[in-house]
Amino acid sequence: MKTYTAADYKNGQNARWCPGCGDHAILTVLHKAMAELGIAPHDTVVISGIGCSSRLPYYMNTYGMHTIHGRAAAVATGVKTANPALTVWQVSGDGDGLAIGGNHFIHAVRRNVDINIMIFNNKIYGLTKGQYSPTSDRGTVSKSSPYGTVEDPFIPAELCFGARGNFFARSYDTNLEVSRQVMVAAARHKGASVVEILQNCVIFNNGIHSYFTDKELRDDHTITLRQGEKMLFGKNMEKGLVQDGFGLKAVTIGEDGYTLDDVLVHDAHTKENFLHQQLAMMDGHELPIALGVIRDYDAPVYDQEVDRQTREVQKAHGFTSLRDLVLKTKETWEIK
Amino acid sequence: MLQETSVKTLEKVVIRFAGDSGDGMQLAGNIFSNISAETGNEISTFPDYPAEIRAPQGSLSGVSGYQVSVGRGVYTPGDEADVLVAMNPAALKTNLRYLKKGGIIVCDGDSFTAANLRKAEYATDNPITELGIDPARVMLVPMTTLIKSALADSGTDPKAMMKSRNMLALGIICWLFDRPVEAVLRKLRAKFAKKPAVYEANAKVIRAGWDYGHNTHSSMPVYRVETAASVPGLYTDVTGNTATAWGLILASEKSGRPLFLGSYPITPATDILHELAKRKDLGVKAVQMEDEIAGVCSAIGASYAGDLAVTSTSGPGLALKSEGIGLAVMAELPLVVIDVQRGGPSTGLPTKTEQTDLMQALYGRNGEAPLCVLAATSPTDCFHMAFEAARIAMEHMTPVILLTDAFIANGSSAWRIPEAGDYPEIKPRLLTDEELAKGWRPYKRDSETMSRFWAIPGMPGAMHRLGGLEKDYETSVISTDGHNHAIMVEARRQKIRNIAVEVPPMEPMICPDADTILLGWGGTYGHLLAAATELNAQGHKVAFWQFRYINPLPANTVETLSRYKRIIVAELNTGMFADYLQMHLPGKEILRINKVEGQPFLVKEVMDGVMKHINETTC
Repeated sequence: MKTYTAADYKNGQNARWCPGCGDHAILTVLHKAMAELGIAPHDTVVISGIGCSSRLPYYMNTYGMHTIHGRAAAVATGVKTANPALTVWQVSGDGDGLAIGGNHFIHAVRRNVDINIMIFNNKIYGLTKGQYSPTSDRGTVSKSSPYGTVEDPFIPAELCFGARGNFFARSYDTNLEVSRQVMVAAARHKGASVVEILQNCVIFNNGIHSYFTDKELRDDHTITLRQGEKMLFGKNMEKGLVQDGFGLKAVTIGEDGYTLDDVLVHDAHTKENFLHQQLAMMDGHELPIALGVIRDYDAPVYDQEVDRQTREVQKAHGFTSLRDLVLKTKETWEIK
Repeated sequence: MLQETSVKTLEKVVIRFAGDSGDGMQLAGNIFSNISAETGNEISTFPDYPAEIRAPQGSLSGVSGYQVSVGRGVYTPGDEADVLVAMNPAALKTNLRYLKKGGIIVCDGDSFTAANLRKAEYATDNPITELGIDPARVMLVPMTTLIKSALADSGTDPKAMMKSRNMLALGIICWLFDRPVEAVLRKLRAKFAKKPAVYEANAKVIRAGWDYGHNTHSSMPVYRVETAASVPGLYTDVTGNTATAWGLILASEKSGRPLFLGSYPITPATDILHELAKRKDLGVKAVQMEDEIAGVCSAIGASYAGDLAVTSTSGPGLALKSEGIGLAVMAELPLVVIDVQRGGPSTGLPTKTEQTDLMQALYGRNGEAPLCVLAATSPTDCFHMAFEAARIAMEHMTPVILLTDAFIANGSSAWRIPEAGDYPEIKPRLLTDEELAKGWRPYKRDSETMSRFWAIPGMPGAMHRLGGLEKDYETSVISTDGHNHAIMVEARRQKIRNIAVEVPPMEPMICPDADTILLGWGGTYGHLLAAATELNAQGHKVAFWQFRYINPLPANTVETLSRYKRIIVAELNTGMFADYLQMHLPGKEILRINKVEGQPFLVKEVMDGVMKHINETTC
């Protein structure tokens, strides 16, 4: 089997994002993740909508389409359903994917079509120069909300689970290692995978994620979940997550009577998503924000089911052509 | 007084079946038209149904009708019915206006109950006199009573008995039109092959109907309908929507590209989705998406992936798909958009017919976004034009909008099943290794057609990105250069104009060298043809032509029409095609006949309209 390097997925176009934009790092990681997956560039399709992040397909040496605002999930569904042999990625921002494209997002997730949906979440509209988005926190002051927003945001993970999502993972733009891991895991998951990458817009929303991405804060405000491992975080992995009634609690091992045994072990593969949702809802304030693969559960895959049913029905009915079908199933008469 | 018993020979006859939605009027009508077609009659049918799924039984709003015309020279389901079958007082009241003067009414006398008369808002207990109908022309048949006696020993429950009233009516109609009951029984035997008891019961009821006509109304004229000379071959009956679905399937077979439908339910187009969903057995992928936009966008994705991609809808859905269709124009991907037109604007008259989406199809997109627009003229022509739409889309790398309408989509006619060689192979503009080696770029054009090539994911070496942003004419990368944009706009226009080379020329029919020409487009064909034929028969010289290719028009359109002194366009809108033609013929006055009542033209309306223009304008 031919092996590929990150360079095989780059097309030489200079990325035209602002200097310092988080998208540069995500693009670099995506090239690497694709090389690790080893799927040929000609079997890979990257579909985007409209927005800063949606320029990404132009910087790929794969097949791709920069479509229209909000519709990337629907286009990607068409590509994948038409040809399940292709590996299909969708790249959308929070506006593209969750505002104008919210309907397509939830239905692609519900349908469980095997596409890898990457939401670059910077909680702002960048390309239209700074309006609040559906993920902007209540009170966000922006050009279109000069006195602060008076509406609550979507939390992408919650929306994903509400749409009965089976794969959800999270990273942030400068965390190259976790970003690569979650992209690879998303591609390997069969069915709709949602990857939220918290991305910094240096121009219109600079520092929106820095309360947990800053070097001195990230140890205590993030937790990287790994399958089968204890949910530990902190500079020296001295903290852990434990069950607390119906919720979760962060504790320090050895304090208040908590031992390592009390700390939860991560299992992304359970059918039940209650705990996954609890983990995904941690926002980095009282509880650390969860990174890595939070949920990864196998369920029937739409495009494969379409193929299977088509093959079965074709075999059962055995028609060879339209004419054959009409002659065998319709009343006909001959005029001489 | 009624004529004495006799067999009257008619060229064609129109029967209108009317009853509650659940009365099975469509089935009765369908069987009658099919057995007529088998004897060589031409057929045309028209279902006229309310938007409500099940309005209250017996109410005026719940009546649905099904009109069939059979015989020779049948181009339409007929302006007026020779016979009206009314299953209850409400059906009689609402459908009487469709009956020809002197026509016959077959009515269920048992349905004239106090409750039904109240629901149908009669003031008296005698609908016949209240509506001013000549009782001599009415066959008041005690249908329920007849069924009960026919099925007395069969063990059929009373509810099932009532369901066979349509078969009793059919039996009477078979007698009236000299149709052998055996032909009907053959159909029913096939339909109820697995339910012999149901078949037996229905057979008894049909015979009871035939016998009733024969024994008690020997004074009614019995009609024999003339046989038409058809093209030899194997026939079946199809509705326009089924024919549309089948035309696409044949195009898939003839092009080797798998068929993909991305759609969303909408009246009156949903039957296309239904049919293609069933056709998984022919490898079709019909996907019901979450909305109209997702319907077109999934089709665009499938087209990019190499499928013959289609989206089906009606007017409101086409509005939602506009931006997506613009993307397909810009990405220069093959895409077939079927618009089964209905009454608008907005939700409008969802179950009724109109031709009011023409301008939306031609221009309903942002920017300079030309595409090919076609229109089907009849239920069976839907097959041909769906095939054409797919062929043009794949050979010219463009979206194509095919306009049909509620009238032809739901109507049916006898369709000759195409033989193997009847349709050409379709040659999609697939990127070849040879072309790739010559320095291919995504928007590199073939000099003859101006089309780009279809490079399908999975092909090594042809990775490329398409999108809605303008691209450079030479390099195919994103470009915001104004001069380049002008070149690309012109290239996309020229690509559509070039399709005209393949469009059959317009050839005026009936009386081509008349001074006056009657024009139409799409689904009004039958009514306009009938009107033009009748006008000429009456000694008024009128040429006729129906357009199926709207953009581009046949190349000789302007030259041909310049010969005529009077150009009359008849259409079911306020003048959209007339305005469109006017742009191409700035020096000519385009006269108009318009109707926007949610109903097809009556032949008489068109004839009157033409005569009015002839009398009012001098040549």
